[in-house]
Amino acid sequence: MPGVSMTVNGKAVSGEVEARTLLVHFLRENLRLTGTHVGCDTSQCGACVVHVNGKAVKSCTMLALQADGAQVTTIEGLAKNGELHPVQAAFKEHHGLQCGFCTPGMIMTAVDMIRRLPDLDETTIRQQLEGNLCRCTGYQNIVKAIHAASLEMKGARA
Amino acid sequence: MTAPIVGAAIRRKEDFRFVTGNGHYTDDINRPGQAYAYFLRSPHAHAKIKSLNVEAARSAKGVVGVLTGKDLAADKIGGLICGWTIHSKDGSPMKAGAHPALAVDTVRYVGDHIAVVIADSPALARDAAEKIEVDYDLLPAVTTPDKAQGSDAPQLHAEAPRNTVYQWELGNKKETDAAFKSPAHVVKLKLTNNRLIPNAMEPRAAIGEYDQGTGAYTLYVTSQNPHVARLVMSAFIGIAPEHKLRVVAPDVGGGFGSKIFIYAEEVVCTWASKKVGRPVKWTAERSESFLSDAHGRDHVTEAEMALDAQGKMLGFRIKTIANMGAYLSTFASSVPTYLYGTLLSGQYALPAVYVEVDAVYTNTAPVDAYRGAGRPEATYLVERIVEEAARQLKMDPAELRRKNFVRTFPHQTPVIMNYDAGDYEASLDEALKLIDYKGFPARKVEAQKRGKLRGLGFSTYIEACGLAPSAAVGSLGAGVGLWESAEVRVTPTGQVEVFTGAHSHGQGHETTFAQLVAGRFGIPLENVEIIHGDTNSVQFGMGTYGSRTAVGMTALVKALEKVEAKAKRIAAHVLEASAADIVLENGEFKVAGTDRKLAFHELALNAYTGHKFPTHEIEPGLKESAFWDPLNFTFPAGCHICEVEIDPETGVTKIVAFVAVDDFGKVINPMIVEGQVHGGVAQGIGQAMLEHGVYDPESGQLLTGSYMDYTMPRADDLPSYKVGLTETPCPSNPLGMKGCGEAGAIASPPAVINAVTDAIGIKEFEMPATPERVWRAINSTKHKSAAE
Repeated sequence: MPGVSMTVNGKAVSGEVEARTLLVHFLRENLRLTGTHVGCDTSQCGACVVHVNGKAVKSCTMLALQADGAQVTTIEGLAKNGELHPVQAAFKEHHGLQCGFCTPGMIMTAVDMIRRLPDLDETTIRQQLEGNLCRCTGYQNIVKAIHAASLEMKGARA
Repeated sequence: MTAPIVGAAIRRKEDFRFVTGNGHYTDDINRPGQAYAYFLRSPHAHAKIKSLNVEAARSAKGVVGVLTGKDLAADKIGGLICGWTIHSKDGSPMKAGAHPALAVDTVRYVGDHIAVVIADSPALARDAAEKIEVDYDLLPAVTTPDKAQGSDAPQLHAEAPRNTVYQWELGNKKETDAAFKSPAHVVKLKLTNNRLIPNAMEPRAAIGEYDQGTGAYTLYVTSQNPHVARLVMSAFIGIAPEHKLRVVAPDVGGGFGSKIFIYAEEVVCTWASKKVGRPVKWTAERSESFLSDAHGRDHVTEAEMALDAQGKMLGFRIKTIANMGAYLSTFASSVPTYLYGTLLSGQYALPAVYVEVDAVYTNTAPVDAYRGAGRPEATYLVERIVEEAARQLKMDPAELRRKNFVRTFPHQTPVIMNYDAGDYEASLDEALKLIDYKGFPARKVEAQKRGKLRGLGFSTYIEACGLAPSAAVGSLGAGVGLWESAEVRVTPTGQVEVFTGAHSHGQGHETTFAQLVAGRFGIPLENVEIIHGDTNSVQFGMGTYGSRTAVGMTALVKALEKVEAKAKRIAAHVLEASAADIVLENGEFKVAGTDRKLAFHELALNAYTGHKFPTHEIEPGLKESAFWDPLNFTFPAGCHICEVEIDPETGVTKIVAFVAVDDFGKVINPMIVEGQVHGGVAQGIGQAMLEHGVYDPESGQLLTGSYMDYTMPRADDLPSYKVGLTETPCPSNPLGMKGCGEAGAIASPPAVINAVTDAIGIKEFEMPATPERVWRAINSTKHKSAAE
């Protein structure tokens, strides 16, 4: 089996995988980082979003081998020194999650969204969430959480 | 005394693990030495299996076992069951065909299970399944309820002639027929309640594990009710006696009903773990979820309502055909009967209601409870026909409703239910205010100027939840009682562990249950742990569905009462006072009128050290349990109003405002309640505007088998909702609560479709209101008016 090496949440990791292994399965099964979820098989739901070289990627649409040498961040790598990332804190504060299954993908998407688009409004956030499905919340509190986090992070930058 | 923590918008205790990726869902669990199951499923809707050859798969790379229905039968493993016996109007019990976990001779829907391949990896199991040879003799298929009873329709089960499971009735037929003798108005409506596919974001999963040393099985499973799974798998399916079967439902990623039921995969993985001598894990791919999770709704209905000249409702007559799919799922039979017919009186003082329901088999996935279960179908019918009545009588739809509201309680309906409390006018008035009803005509004119069509639709709904009084459901055919249990253990250092038979899969029980404990004992929320979802920890419980948390929470309150009573007796001994003089204030047990007191943790330590009080009078320890059987259903009710704007050129419909005013009785955590409303309304809007589970009528293939084809509501499909609460406390439980889980999905579809039909000016219209359907409807009215 081919070998693969990458940096995940700041740590160098390597493993052997079948060529057909998806990045999400490498993260979940080889590295036991089970915070990244699989909710569909057509790249529609976004439960598996991680950051690869700083960009949000659906880790079910990428082979593990394609991430060879990449910097990968998963939901487990977002909080620093026990402090929640502002987006994580906002999801908790604004009840942006219920069952929690879509949440890691939502949060990773939101962090990327806020990085790309510093001036977010409700319409933009809803459009930008096109690739993420949630069945519990009706999205209203997810939108609220992302908006609040974006304002807070903007304030922190200013 | 209730501290202010109850009723406060406390942020959820469980969130930290979910936002940091530390949840523990079933697929996150791996057991040492586990193998992986892949289920070979029927690609045909209806076929005889002429031959099944699994030999090549058995010898494929990495395969540890291939098992079929014959192996199940040889081990005397029973089929899946339906736990609620419905009787037809002629008194005969329902006619149910067998439901083997792996098909034996016949497959009856696309996705029906044929064999399981167990291998060293999921990929190897799937590879090997391709080597299985099945020779099918194809049979014709029937997929829709209206066609199932035809003399030319293919028969699914020999036990059920004309595919008819039962022909049920409810209500006062004679009075209803009399009401239709010479009413001033009769309003007729035909409608379909579209098939939905639940789509909890976490796909179903199961891991079976057999311990050769103890002879005990463990099943890790995505279940809303692990104890019921254990009971059914033990008593009816025969996997193992209950004490040798542990069922664990860890974090569960949404259910909406679809994870109540006992599915083939869970049974097979558990049984197979002994056969192959290794833990067996299965996780559904989303395509499998579409094919094999129990679907929801799928009714066709014809109804008529009689009204007098002033708009007073006189009678309501309904004939419904309900699609059960290819087999009866765990609670399927109860959904279009006791969860549907009983709600057909709505919020109205209807003197006469009569409903007939035929349940039919078709070559589709089994249909069972999905968020609301029967009550959305009832509400959709009642609220659409009432809106249509207002249009026909040229009355304001709010005023027609107001004229017919039940106003005195308790109110006995003609269809079993006894409404105990409510104020339907209060929620209607609040909703009218929030939507600015008076301003609607001006908004409509303004939209017209822009070439757009505006419409407004009402839904004044009632539902029955807090399932359910055991004696009542038992007399109606339920195979189980629907009480709930709770156990409260105080640790020697003063923390509290609560063991509940309710299960949380998004509802936030770890927070709301803890609020009750912290509020009562005055201890920090962090000192309370809610334990659920493991049959080894919790003695018994019926799980979570139908807003049963109202039941589970009452069981907890009863257990807390017992703990408090014993704690007071302990305090009395330690403080040398009479138990009657001990009061609990701000987390301290005090002798009233003195400064003598024990903090909660001091009391707890005394309970366990025991040498401070005579054990012949008080047993050591501080642990109590309670079972609570509800006295009545609870009756959440309210008013949802939807305002839409339609582009007549494209048929694109936009919800410009959605108001939900609900009466859930007393609220423990308003933040969580509001979240439940948001989610329920989103699913209801999904049904009304986007979602539709469609089978090809000829081939029986599921045409909406992925997220590419089945339109799940996304963030930019939905509006922001305005949510309001009114409150009439529920008299049948000490917390006064009614439950809030289903209301949104129950109330919203008729509000949306009433708004769409109002905008277009049309009567018959079927969900979902896709741009194509709306455009066609607009153009059909144009052609009609052109012809006139």
